[in-house]
Order: sequence, then structure tokens, then C-alpha cells
Amino acid sequence: MTFPRYSILTIAVYLALSPAAARAQSAQELRWGGDAEGGAPYVEADPNDLSHVVGFDVDVAQLLASGLGRTARFIQVGFTSIDAAAARGDFDVGLSGIEDSAARRSRLAVTIPYYEFREVLTVRSNDKDRYRSLGDLRGHRVATLGATLAYDVLVAAQARDGIVPVTYEDDVHPYSDLVLGRVDAVALDAILAERGVRRNAGLTNQPAPLAVGHYVGILAPGQTAMRDRMNVVLRDAMRDGRLEAIFKRWNVWNEDQPRLYARVLADASAYPVAASSLAAAGGVRTTSAWEAARRYLPALLNAAVITIVLSFLSMALAIVTGALIASGRIYGNAPLRIALTGYVEIIRGTPLLLQLFVLYFGLAAFIQLPAFVAALLGLGLNYAAYESEIYRGALEAVPVGQLDAARTLGFSERQILVLVRAPQAFRLALAPMTNDFVALLKDSSLVSVITVVELTKETSIFAANIGSWVVPGMMCAAIYLAMSLPLARVARRIERGWRHT
Amino acid sequence: MTVLDVRSLEVRRGARTIVADVSFASSRGEILALMGASGAGKTTILRAIAGLDPIVSGTVSIPRPVGMVFQFHHLFANMSAHKNVWLAPVHVFKRPRADAEQRAQELLVSLGVGDRAAAMPDELSGGEAQRVAIARALAIEPPVLLMDEPTASLDPARRGDLAATLRQLATEGRTIVIATHDAEFARACAHRVLAVEGGRIRHVSQ
Repeated sequence: MTFPRYSILTIAVYLALSPAAARAQSAQELRWGGDAEGGAPYVEADPNDLSHVVGFDVDVAQLLASGLGRTARFIQVGFTSIDAAAARGDFDVGLSGIEDSAARRSRLAVTIPYYEFREVLTVRSNDKDRYRSLGDLRGHRVATLGATLAYDVLVAAQARDGIVPVTYEDDVHPYSDLVLGRVDAVALDAILAERGVRRNAGLTNQPAPLAVGHYVGILAPGQTAMRDRMNVVLRDAMRDGRLEAIFKRWNVWNEDQPRLYARVLADASAYPVAASSLAAAGGVRTTSAWEAARRYLPALLNAAVITIVLSFLSMALAIVTGALIASGRIYGNAPLRIALTGYVEIIRGTPLLLQLFVLYFGLAAFIQLPAFVAALLGLGLNYAAYESEIYRGALEAVPVGQLDAARTLGFSERQILVLVRAPQAFRLALAPMTNDFVALLKDSSLVSVITVVELTKETSIFAANIGSWVVPGMMCAAIYLAMSLPLARVARRIERGWRHT
Repeated sequence: MTVLDVRSLEVRRGARTIVADVSFASSRGEILALMGASGAGKTTILRAIAGLDPIVSGTVSIPRPVGMVFQFHHLFANMSAHKNVWLAPVHVFKRPRADAEQRAQELLVSLGVGDRAAAMPDELSGGEAQRVAIARALAIEPPVLLMDEPTASLDPARRGDLAATLRQLATEGRTIVIATHDAEFARACAHRVLAVEGGRIRHVSQ
């Protein structure tokens, strides 16, 4: 039996050597991280070959790789986790329309800027004379991406002009919701704004910029030597026109860029220009995590109120609907039972996230639900399916003998349900219902995908702004526990106090 | 005077015939025992008479409401003994609540469990639960009382008490049908014993 032994040996040798092989290979490669979901002109899957990416950030990555004598290899990273992935060293450099900011400079090694962008206000063309700037939008909803310079601009305008910032997870739905009237303006990078106006009829970009920012590459905090080598490559490409060629190829070259390059080339330091016009104006300061925590606490508590209100209303909807479904499945006729079973199986068999998307974005062409209503319906109707199964099980667990006894005494089926069956079933259902309520409290964090800013979303904005999850994560966990622990206690008390009612 | 009249009763469960060709009648104030081993069909006959199991053929003539006391009592677990007794008079027969509560208390006292009125069903002994179940059945004033295995949850001393209670109820004018496998108890309290075997009545003894 030499063959198996031989093959085991081969595998062992291969396993022992392969990390070394990978290391040797990575010395030849420049691994760069980006999010292909961001789309053109940054990073986009090639329509002709989906395993291949194209975009100006792809070209910048290739420029850096060839300047360093390496070949570029793309690594897909979700945009919101790109900072954490860079800090962990999942790739050598992150390039994906990443904005320069004071927080990034304090947490990561950041390259010199390679592109200057303007934050632009987009409005419906009918409103273009009414809403010229954020000052005209008091009390109106203005959309943007969370954890961006534009978001910081909106937060500042919230205090100054009384606008209502609404954050999205992607850069497509702000514009479609602007068309639908769910928001009255969008504040985003000019590149995204141009694309939004091109794709949606009836939108206009206001000419006056809200702020000016820069795109940079980000590296792990210890990688300053590599960052400096990349800066040399970038400065060379600014001088010899290779960067200009890239941005011209993607139709995003404008007169702001030569001015930026002149400023960068005139100053050889690591940070030749301010991170953004907000940073230059002192709008964003670096602060200690604890000081930031104190500043963010009121916002987190407000978001916790949203979480609580949403959870209680959704649970109330789930309980009422679930009870109706359970009664229908036990007492209803065959077509009703089949329909309700179908509902329960479809809801339980598909992700809540998908249901929220369908309710808010999918149905928008027919009925435009406000975000909070869509969140309430999504959570409530989803949990109703689970509640109905609990109630059905609990109702069926009430001994049949008691139902027979009630029938011989002359009670109607409705009276039996109300007087005998449901009260006993409720007691059986209480523990699993408490469980579900705690689960719902946490699942309510999913509604941030349809622009409701609840506790987890507020925490992630906080974390992105200070560049760390440690303190925001602890605060968020503490608030969730403060909400969920009393629930279990209340449920135990109800169960114990049952006897005396 | 015939109160209960059962003719050619047949009950099936699926394809299986459980009870066939059962006929008997009972008059006011009579205690009738259906006696037989487990599985003989006694309980099924009672349930069919009470209207809980559908009958395939035959007729049952019985005045309503029907009082039924189950082997395992089946008291409503979510309410006190007292409420178990007054619930149907109030919600089904629309008696005034105060009257029904008072009558329920009197029934519990007359059956010797007046001091257990506030107890929840799971706090009652087998004998107490049975007395509460009898009170609950009597509270709707049924001309006929059906009892399934009434001695199953009683020790021998309590069986004598139950026999005395049933005889007392019979002298008050109720017709009582009991299903039991306890021959001694049947002889001690019944006026007539119908021996049930294989879902049929085999013989009748006075």
C-alpha cells in the first residue's frame, strides 16, 4: 500500500510549502482592495468579463503596481468595511473613491490625493430655483451615503440649517428616491451626481459646491514606507500626465485636477493639502474616543428610541397578525388554511433583508411607503409568521379533553377559544414570544438598509467617523442590553404572577 | 318515564367499528352502569351519547343539556375551581353572574369541596378534582349525567362516598349513566348493569 502513503506525503509537503509559495508570489503582486459594487467610473465588473474589473481606480492601481515593479491583483471588499480591512492588512492598498479625512489620517497610512472632487447638491429640476443650497432645505430630507464627507456636510447643515439627513447604503437609491419625492435633495460627489442625473430624468445638479474633498489610497498604519513609495509613483504620474490620461479616459478630468497637482507637487510632505474643505475650515476635528463618545451619546440614545418604538410597534403588529394567522390555520376552511400556510412558508423561507428591499424599493413604483412604515410592516409581517407558528403550537398544546368538556357544557367554538384555549396558549407562548421580541429588537438593525437610522446604523456612522469600533461597539452593546435584559425579567414576572390573576 | 333512549347505535373510527347495535333506555332517577374491560367501547358509547363523537347509524334521544364528567376531569386549567363551575351558567345560559357564583358555591359545598373553591385545578387531589367536575356538570342542570370511569382516581374509601353522592343525585331525579370496569362499584350503586364487550351489549343484570 505505497500509493496512499505517497499521496499523504505529497499533500503534507504541499501544505507545508504552500504558505511560503504564497508569500513568494505576493512579493510580485500588489494586492489592492476595492468595492466593485461602487460601479463605474471607480471600480466596476467588466460587462464583457465579470471576473475582471475596470474603472479609474483600477487604472490607478495598475499605475501604482507598475511603478513598484509588481502586478496588480484586485480584492473585493465591501465599501463600509474597507478601512477595517486596510488596517488588518487584507490588502496592500485600498482604492475605491476613498475620501481623505482626518479620521483616516489618524488611523491609517494615507497616500497623497490623486483626485479632487466637489460635493454637489442634486434636486428635481422643478425645484432647481427653490432649493439652491442646503440653507433652502430647512425641514426637508436630504439623502447621502453614510460615513462620507457629504454626510459630515449634512450633519453640519442639520445643526445650522435644520435639514434632515437621510443615509443610504448605496449611491443608486438616493437618486431614484429623489425622483419619487421621498427626499428633496441628494448631496454626493460630483462623479456620483453626474451619474445620478444621467440615469434619472428630471434631476438637476446645482452649480455651487457644498464642499471639496480628495480621493486617496489607504494602507495599514505601519505601512508608511510603502505609502511613501506610492506617493513617489503618484507624483511622477502627475508630472508626466499619466494620471491626466487615466481621468480623461473615464471622462472625469476637469480644471480642478491640475490645480490640485500643482499644490501637491509644490509640497513634498506626506500631507501637502488639507483632507477636505471641512477639515481646512476646522469642521472635523480629531478627538479622543471618550470625548467623541460623550458627543455621540445623545445621537445614540435618540437612535435607541427609534429602535424601541419600531420594535414595540412591529411586535404589536406581529402579535395581532400572528394570532389571526394561527386562528385561521386552526379554525379556517381549506383554502384559507392553504393560503396562510403559504404565507408563513414564504416569509420564513426568504431573508428579512430581501423583504425590506421589496417593500421599500420594489413596491415604490406602485405605492411609496415612508421608510419607517415600510420598516414597521417588514418587521411586523415577517415576525407575524414566526408568532403564528408559536401560537398554533401553543393552541394545539391545550389538552383536547378541556375542549371536549367545554363543548359538552354548551360553549361555542369562539367562546372556547376566548375563555379556555387562548388564555392557556398565551401562557405557553410567553417564553418563546419573549425570545422573539429580543430577536426582533436586534433584527430591527436591518432596517438601516431602507434609510431608517436606528441604533446600529447610528453606531456604524459614529464608528466610521472616529475610525474605530471599540468605544461605539461597547456603547451600542450596552444600550441593546439595557433594552433586552428587562424584557426577560418582565416576562418571568408575568409568568410567575399568572396564578394570582 | 323514559329520559334517555339509545337505539341501534353504531360508531366507527376510520374503517373500524368501535360500537355496534347498542340499544338501551333509562328512566328518571335511574343509575345505569356500562361495565366492561378497557377497550370494550364504554367510553365511546358515552361520548356518542354526549354528542362528542359522530354516530354512523342509530338514534340517541337525550334531553339537553347533557352533563358529562370525564375520567380525567378536564377542568379548565386557567381558572379556579369555583370559576370552572360558574363559567357555563354565565356564558352559555346567561344567568346573572352573582346568582351563578352563589349556586356554584352551594354545589361545591354540597359535594364536600366548598373549602377548595379558590384552588386552581392543578392544586386539587384526584378526588377533589372529580367533585369539582361533578359540580361543573351539575351547574348547567342536566337531566342526564354521564360519568366516565368515576372510580379511576379514587381510593377504596372514597368510592363509598361517591356511590352515596350518586345515589343522592338519583333520588333528586337525575338519570346517571356511568362507564366503569369496577364491578364492585357498579353493583354497589347502579340499578342496572349493562355488560359491554367488543362494542356490543352482552347482557343486562338488575
